[in-house]
Amino acid sequence: MQNVKKWNQQKTADFLLRYAMYIILLAILVVVSIIRPNFLSIGNFLNILKQASTKGILALGCAGLIVLAGTDLSIGRVMGFSAAVTAALVQSITYKSRYFLGMTQDLPLIVPLLAAIFVAVTFSLINGFGVSKLKMHAFIITLGTQLIAFGANCLFIEAQPSGTAQALSTFNQTFKDMAAGNLLLGTAKIPLVVLYFLGLACIMWVVWNKTRLGKNMFAVGGNEEAARVSGVNVVRTIMLVYLIAGVLYGVAAFLEAARIQSVGANTGMGYETDAISACVIGGVSFTGGIGTIQGVVIGAVILQAINFSLNFIGVNPYYQYIIRGLIIVLAVAIDVRKYIVKK
Amino acid sequence: MEKERAPLLEMVDIDKHFPGVQALNKTRLTLRAGTVHSLMGENGAGKSTLMKCLFGIYSKDAGSIYMEGKPVVFSNPRHALDNGVAMVHQELNQVLRRNVMENVWLGRFPIKNGLVDTNKMYTQTKKIFEDLQMDIDPRAIIGNLSISRRQMIEIAKAVSYNTKVLVLDEPTSSLTENEVEHLFSIIRQLTGRGVGIIYISHKMDEILRISDDVTIMRDGAWIATREANSLTTPEIIRLMVNRDMTHRFPPKNNVPGEVALEVTNLSGKYQPTFHDVSFNVRKGEVLGVSGLVGSRRTELLNTIFGFYAKESGEIVLHGKLVDNSKPDMATRNGFSLLTEERRASGIFPQMNITFNSIIANVQNYGKFLLDSRKMNKDTDWVIEAINVKTPTKRTLIRSLSGGNQQKVIIGRWLLTTPEVLLLDEPTRGIDVGAKYEIYNLILKLAQEGKSIVMVSNEMPELIGICDRILVMSNGRMAGIVERGVHFDNIPGEQETILTLAAKYV
Repeated sequence: MQNVKKWNQQKTADFLLRYAMYIILLAILVVVSIIRPNFLSIGNFLNILKQASTKGILALGCAGLIVLAGTDLSIGRVMGFSAAVTAALVQSITYKSRYFLGMTQDLPLIVPLLAAIFVAVTFSLINGFGVSKLKMHAFIITLGTQLIAFGANCLFIEAQPSGTAQALSTFNQTFKDMAAGNLLLGTAKIPLVVLYFLGLACIMWVVWNKTRLGKNMFAVGGNEEAARVSGVNVVRTIMLVYLIAGVLYGVAAFLEAARIQSVGANTGMGYETDAISACVIGGVSFTGGIGTIQGVVIGAVILQAINFSLNFIGVNPYYQYIIRGLIIVLAVAIDVRKYIVKK
Repeated sequence: MEKERAPLLEMVDIDKHFPGVQALNKTRLTLRAGTVHSLMGENGAGKSTLMKCLFGIYSKDAGSIYMEGKPVVFSNPRHALDNGVAMVHQELNQVLRRNVMENVWLGRFPIKNGLVDTNKMYTQTKKIFEDLQMDIDPRAIIGNLSISRRQMIEIAKAVSYNTKVLVLDEPTSSLTENEVEHLFSIIRQLTGRGVGIIYISHKMDEILRISDDVTIMRDGAWIATREANSLTTPEIIRLMVNRDMTHRFPPKNNVPGEVALEVTNLSGKYQPTFHDVSFNVRKGEVLGVSGLVGSRRTELLNTIFGFYAKESGEIVLHGKLVDNSKPDMATRNGFSLLTEERRASGIFPQMNITFNSIIANVQNYGKFLLDSRKMNKDTDWVIEAINVKTPTKRTLIRSLSGGNQQKVIIGRWLLTTPEVLLLDEPTRGIDVGAKYEIYNLILKLAQEGKSIVMVSNEMPELIGICDRILVMSNGRMAGIVERGVHFDNIPGEQETILTLAAKYV
């Protein structure tokens, strides 16, 4: 009898621990909607999803790197640079101070998209090379590439023909429609970016769970030595995971340029914090080898819901930083507890 | 007929040279199909170097390798695996958070329509396990299984590559006697299918039982290959160490005095653990702790030392109740613990002998700045008093042999002048010569009046050096047997202990 009770207590404790982060964050949302009942509306809900989408796509990319027991500090700056390249290629041809004066007709959208992906993939592969071949810690190499990407972006923006370093803006209509448009579903306007995010999440779910690459990624992250002696090509696996991350960062940059409508040197600053937080809240563990795509998606949405609601009830932005910091600390503290074996 | 066929695997005149050392010197090994070939030698004799040359982890300087008469050179372990040569390492390399079948198929997941075929993975794993009479769920998370099951899985994995040559490196070091039987039955099944097995072990009794041939190496050189049934343990030891070692154990000359340590109704807190264990140890006594793997002997030692949490029970030293709720408190109370996993929780591999010697005693070298002269003096004492073979005290501990590492750790604890030494598998994975020295050291410490509690999987060594043996069974105390009454040249001594060990299973 007593054993059964003890066991039930143990089970409840495990459940609480597993979902602690979700419970706490949902509690915050409940409190917010009690303070301001008009918080609960479809418009706000879609807004949250929309804002969560680009960061969610970044999180989908960086989650793989965290599963490999790494991290990526360069996300924000790489995405900023990639978004600036996108912006320069989608500016309206009637805009006098556009970046490429020689551009006299709208480029097919695939061109800026591929350019954005190319930029992000380049940086990501440098990171991957540093981690897999040079055996650098991901923290250090991405700390370096973060600065490199920022410098390159500033140089790129400064090099515009108008001679100023103004933000790149005034984009052509097709780009805005494709990247930041809505799908009309009856009266509801579903932001396309949300659909892109969910579509990419589905693809990534398949990659993680149904492909050799995904299984190898978990193996390398969980026990690199075991993967190596089983004949897994560790360098190739790491490089591919970084490559995929780069592609996702490129797509995110493309979409983010359309969402914010104006790309400057500071675009993307701090996005790595949100992307990494989304992963951690979603249960991707920094110990490596643990995580799910569902978790990342939920993590990204919950995180954005918190940001949105804090704004909504008018919390001082400086307090918002503190709250977001606390959420990360709490998420990691809980995550660590999950995997402690009590002795 | 049989003699005409080319041997399954033949390694001829293998040389390997490292800066300053001739690691292998014209070493050879001939493995016949369907046989078990034991490879023996002290640590450092070159067994692992030879295997690393086989698997292409090292490139050999000279010599040739033939499989079924054809010359082969493997460039890496995977290449060897694809050619039917597999190895199960002593340290299991598994991805603990993933399930059994993913570990089995890692590196070669079956693919259907571009995606991993989970169903095929499941049915094939199931089939491999059934063929080997193993009852393991392919979907279980591998980290939740016992070491022995994980080891069986590694062997099954090797077999699933259509392995013709299987190298087992110390496969029984963490297995109980029953599990060893299961392993042996698997080995017999494999040899029945024509698989050749290279068996690396330090356990003489097992080797003589399971092997067909035995090759002995010493100092990187081939010494002899004999048929196992023409060999005896003393003969093997003589060939291995090149000195007569008819006595595996030093003479027992310690005299137990009054009771020093009393443990009463001790239970651990977190599962899996042990319940209600009571015993005492006298001054100058060596108390052995025997039992099957999973009988919670390690948990018992760790709980006495305060490394694992205690649920209830009392620990009394010299008539005084002591509070060992944290290891640092236990250390201050005169306890010391040699942990089971030397590499994981014993040595600081990247630090030198000095650091490794003084680290448990660091509070005694000055309040603010540490007195390096005293630390050096103590390190010198460790090296001399327990005969650590090391070039200098600045040598990194990881470059010493297992036996010498173990001696440094014992020395580390002796510097804290403990009264109770808790030794968990003190001779695991170290060679015969070094074992003898460790036994000697244990008995010498007992003679000096220390109380020693020693856990071991090797029954002969418990019988050889203990005064009494506490037998654990499935987390409970099954009984205590005494030297001269139940063991020490008493007929059926091993059976007595084994029966107790199985009491609550």
